[in-house]
This record gives sequence, C-alpha cells and structure tokens, in this order.
Amino acid sequence: MKRLWLIAAIGVLAAGPALADDDTITIGMTVSQTGSLNVDSVAQLHGCELWRDEVNAHGGITAGGKHYKVRFVTYDDQSQGGRVQQLYTRLIVQDKSQFLFSPYSSGLTATAAVITEQYGTIMLIGGGAEAKTYELGNKYLFQLITPADYYLYGAVQALKEKNPHASIAFVYSDDPFSRAVIAAARNHAKDAGLKIVLDESYGPTNTDFSAIINKIISSGADAFLGGGHYPDGATLARQLHEQKSGLKWVSILVAPDSPQFATLGAAADGITVPSQWEPQVKYKPDFGPTSEQLAKAFSDQFHGDADYHVASGYIEGLLLQKAIEEAGSIDPEKVTAALNKMDVTTYFGRDKFATDPQHHGLQLAHQMVLAQWQMKNGKLVKEVVWPDSAKTSGVVYPLPGGM
Amino acid sequence: MGAVYGLAAMGITLIWGVMNVINLTHGAMIVCGMFGLYLLVNALGVPAYATLPLVLVAGFLIGVALYWIAVHRMVDRPPLMSLLSTFAVNLMLVGAGTATWGTMLFNVPVSLPRLSLSLGRYTFPGTHIMAALLAAVIAGGLFFFLHRTRIGKSVRAVAANREAAELVGIPTTRVLALSFGLGVALAGVSGMLIGTMFPFTVLAGDAYQLKSFVVTVLGGFGNPMGALIAGVGLGLVEGLATPFMPVSWTLVFEFVLFVVALLVLPGGFAKFRRVRTAA
Repeated sequence: MKRLWLIAAIGVLAAGPALADDDTITIGMTVSQTGSLNVDSVAQLHGCELWRDEVNAHGGITAGGKHYKVRFVTYDDQSQGGRVQQLYTRLIVQDKSQFLFSPYSSGLTATAAVITEQYGTIMLIGGGAEAKTYELGNKYLFQLITPADYYLYGAVQALKEKNPHASIAFVYSDDPFSRAVIAAARNHAKDAGLKIVLDESYGPTNTDFSAIINKIISSGADAFLGGGHYPDGATLARQLHEQKSGLKWVSILVAPDSPQFATLGAAADGITVPSQWEPQVKYKPDFGPTSEQLAKAFSDQFHGDADYHVASGYIEGLLLQKAIEEAGSIDPEKVTAALNKMDVTTYFGRDKFATDPQHHGLQLAHQMVLAQWQMKNGKLVKEVVWPDSAKTSGVVYPLPGGM
Repeated sequence: MGAVYGLAAMGITLIWGVMNVINLTHGAMIVCGMFGLYLLVNALGVPAYATLPLVLVAGFLIGVALYWIAVHRMVDRPPLMSLLSTFAVNLMLVGAGTATWGTMLFNVPVSLPRLSLSLGRYTFPGTHIMAALLAAVIAGGLFFFLHRTRIGKSVRAVAANREAAELVGIPTTRVLALSFGLGVALAGVSGMLIGTMFPFTVLAGDAYQLKSFVVTVLGGFGNPMGALIAGVGLGLVEGLATPFMPVSWTLVFEFVLFVVALLVLPGGFAKFRRVRTAA
C-alpha cells in the first residue's frame, strides 16, 4: 500500500508542471494577496480572471487554426520585492509560463522585469507606471497604462483653467512611484505658470499628517497635489478636511479611485484623482467589450464596482489575446512583433508601445482622465471632469466647504 | 497624538516591567482595538466613545487568554522565546485579518466640532483633543490602580521581585496574567482612540508598534508613567520639529534623539528624574 502511495505521489509531482497540454496557454503572475498592496493588486487580478473566464467560455484564444484555453499560475508575493524575484523565476522555470502579467506597483514590476528579461519572456504590465523600468534596454516588457510622468498632467491643466494663479503644495510619499509622478508634475506646473509654495515628501509609513498640514497652511497654498498609495491618501484627505486647511483644490494619487474612499463622507467631497480608466469613459473599441459591458460583467461576477485596477488587469489579457491572434502563433518572437506593431483602441483607450531600443515597451498613446468625488442628491459619486472629450460633469471649484 | 503614543507604550512597558516579555502582538492588539471600534459602531450602532469601556474589557479578556496560550510557558525562558512566541501570534492575527478583510481601508466617521480648537489659521480637531483627554484619564486610572489598590501594589511587587512577592503570598501567576491583560487592554484602547482620528487598515499596527517601542525606551523600560511622558514628548517633537525641517527628516530626527537618549540616559527620562531626586 505504501509503495502504491509513493508511486502515486511521484506521478503527481512529475505531472505537476506539465499539467498544461499543448492546447493550453499558461500565464504566470504574482499577486499581493497579503501586505500593503493587497487591495489594488487583488483588484487587478480580478480583472485578469474576468478576461480569462470570458475567453475560456468562448472556446479560448484562436491562433494558427488552433484554440488555446488559458490557464493562470499565481503566487502571493506578500507585497515584497524579494518574493517577486524568486517567484517570477519559478513561474518561468518550473511552471513553464509562456507569458507573464506584471505584479502590482512600480517597485515590484521593476524587480520582476529583471528576471523576465533575463529569460526573454513577454510581460504585459498593467500596474507599473514608473517610466525608468523601460529605459534599460528591455525587449519583452509592454506597459499598458499611462507612465507616472503624466499622472498629474490632467490635474495641473484642470487647475490652471480654474485658477491660473494657483499656489501649489506638493506633499507626497517617499516611494519610487510618487517621486516619479511629482518630479514630472513639478515641470507641468512650471510650464502652466503655477506657483509651487511647498514641496515635501513624507515616509511611506507616516500615519499622522497634522504637522504637515499646518505647514501647508503656513505656506499659503490653495491647491494640494500629492499623496502616494492607499492608507496615506485617505488619511490625508480626512485630516485636510478636519484641520480646515483652506485649500480650494486637492488631487490625491491612487487612494480616491477606490469606491471605499466614499466612506470618508464630507472629507471625500471635491477630491480629484488621476485615473487610468473610469466606467463612464466612452471610447469606441476596435474590439473587446465597451466600458459599460466590462463594468457590468465585473459586477455580475465579483459583486463589486470595477475600478481602474480591474480595468488594467483585464486589458493585460485582452491585448495579449489580440497579439496572439494577430501573430497566428504563440511563438514569443512572433507575439513580441505583433505587440510592437500594435496601435489599438479598446474600452481602456488607445494603446501603443515605444519600439526604440532606449524606451522599448513604454506606453505612448494611453491617456488618463481626472475624476472628482462630487456630492449629488446627498450621495457621493465619482465623475470624470477632465479632459473635455471624456468628461461626465463640470469641475467643482473651489472645494465645497472650503476644505 | 503624543498622549495616545504614551498610552500604547504603557501597555508594552507594563508587560516588560512585570514579566520581562517583549510583547510583539502589540501592533495586532492596537488593530484589534480599531476593528472593535469599527464593528461596534457599524454593526451595533454603539456611539464611538461608548465603545471605550467595551474595548477595554474585551482587550483585557483577550490579553488574559493570550497570556495562557502564548506567554505563560515562556515567562522564565530566555527573552528570545517569548519574543518568537508573541511574534508568531502577531503573524497569525495579521494573516487572519488580511484573509478576512484584505488591506482595505476602514473609516469611522467621528466628529466633535464643539471641542475643536482654533488658533489663528491652525485647527486642532475635536477628536484629537478628546483622544488626548481620554488617554490622560486612563493613564491616571492606571497610576491610581498601581499605587492605591491592593492588586496594583501586588503588580508592582511582582515587578520588583517575583520570588519575594511569592514568599509573602502574592499569587504571582495570576498577577502576571492580569498584567498581560492590562497591557493588551491599553493597546486595544489606544487603537480605538486612533480609530476615531484616522482611517486604518489591518496592517496599521506596525507603525504604531514601532513608535510604542521608541516611547517605551525613552520613558525607561518597565515604567508606565515614564512612557506617558515620553509619548507626549515624542508627539511634541513631531509637531515642533516639522516647521523647521523637511517632513521626511522628522523620523530621522526622532531616531537621533532616541539614540542620544539611549547613550546619555540608558534608563530613560524617569530614571534621570530619580537619580536627580536621590542626589
């Protein structure tokens, strides 16, 4: 009996990595199931899963007359770079992933990219905005979202329209993503002729912003641009409101995009957030679902509202599928060539990748929108307020109640 | 905010002072206090500040249970054992919390506009003032308990010399469990008070745990009142240093002070006071 178990165990172990047959495409990724990036990372995974389930329900991806079912291999990276390095190696070597999706966040993506390039495996990136990763001569990375350099471009333009003499306080988390965003925003603000009266970073683990807000008040700023990720952004919004900072404009990165942000109540009213996608955006897709269809499919399957992390997860799958179909093969070189040639518009907007060796894979065409939480009939709703071509409501300026 | 740091640190220092155990579940217990507030307010409609006694009692009971499960057998072993044991419990609690709630943000909307204080253009929110007042009241209560009640005196006796305390008939094991329960209850209440001021996630405890350790060392390990004074001091340093230096340097400044304090006053501020008094 013991021997029988042993043979069975060896059989299972041997079959493990090879479970995927010829008609299956294996896509690997790590997800921050635990740790500080959990909320956004899991939302991104749900977007990927929605795409996978839809593709498989429709018979899989068709290429060269064959139909390929999609299989995911995922691991928890615990929001840590060290884990990402080990796990992407495992995904490629042991799990034989033919294609990869990125982890969430610029830092983890940069770490994963070192491994994926080493093995020459294609990685589609829906959660790494920092542009530096694409300036290292990589060949198999493809960024689907707007780079960090343009995150606050819309906020600066919308602010300039409302107040060409605004004084800005830049207060941001001391992490690679936020620093990259603010470095570019500084230049956008100078180009727009706006005055910068405060420019400071805070530690990513900071929990109390009272003293910083007093500094903002002392600086005489009437506009705030900054934040970083999830908990700090929400805390900033609440404290800016409670300490009556007198600001007329507040743009915070990442946190206000989450539907959960509305639980801040009056403190959320009027806050703007740069967003890669909003359900109200109405691009005319060349293929795939419309924004409305995606939002409905997501809510049917996951019983929640789709945010831009969901949308950037789904787009990873949709564009990989398109590239494989265009290439007529799952051969990595042919799929890479198809991605290099790609210039498409989907529910997510336009996507096109840089192909010059210095910036290969950097996103060139996708545009962000600026969303704002607005109180309508006693309920907080998120409206798109910039650019004019995508807006669903006018900008509320100055902030209600003069935060 | 400093008073709340102090309150949290009093929990750590009480446990260390009595049983030489560094409680690494402290951050998780602070988070338990936050979630206690959230659940009581949202699920049962309890007014935010009325949750304080409930969190205090629940924290105490959890602390006593935790003592028997994870700490009791480690008390006389090398400090590393209890460190590992409480660290393991911390990982389990944070893991279970993440699996249940994710790292999603929770906010308990509390507002006390009548209590808020305006000095020129600067405003001190009512919730912060209330938290400082309540922290001071609880700290005063603890002082009274430790110095004026029979059980409190037993706690101090065990902290001073456990064997001697046993010889005079003090049930030391029960006192240890009681002290651990009190330490955890203080962590829970400080979490509850933080929850009235800021939004939080399951992972929020780590940052406060770190601050609590700094405050504990500054105030002198094992000295609850020293911890409260050091907590208020740290809060003041944060508030007063920020206008004069970039915000990202405040933490560096705090830790420089911490190292200087360790070098000059290894026993903490309270020790300094005692030495001066003796002199």
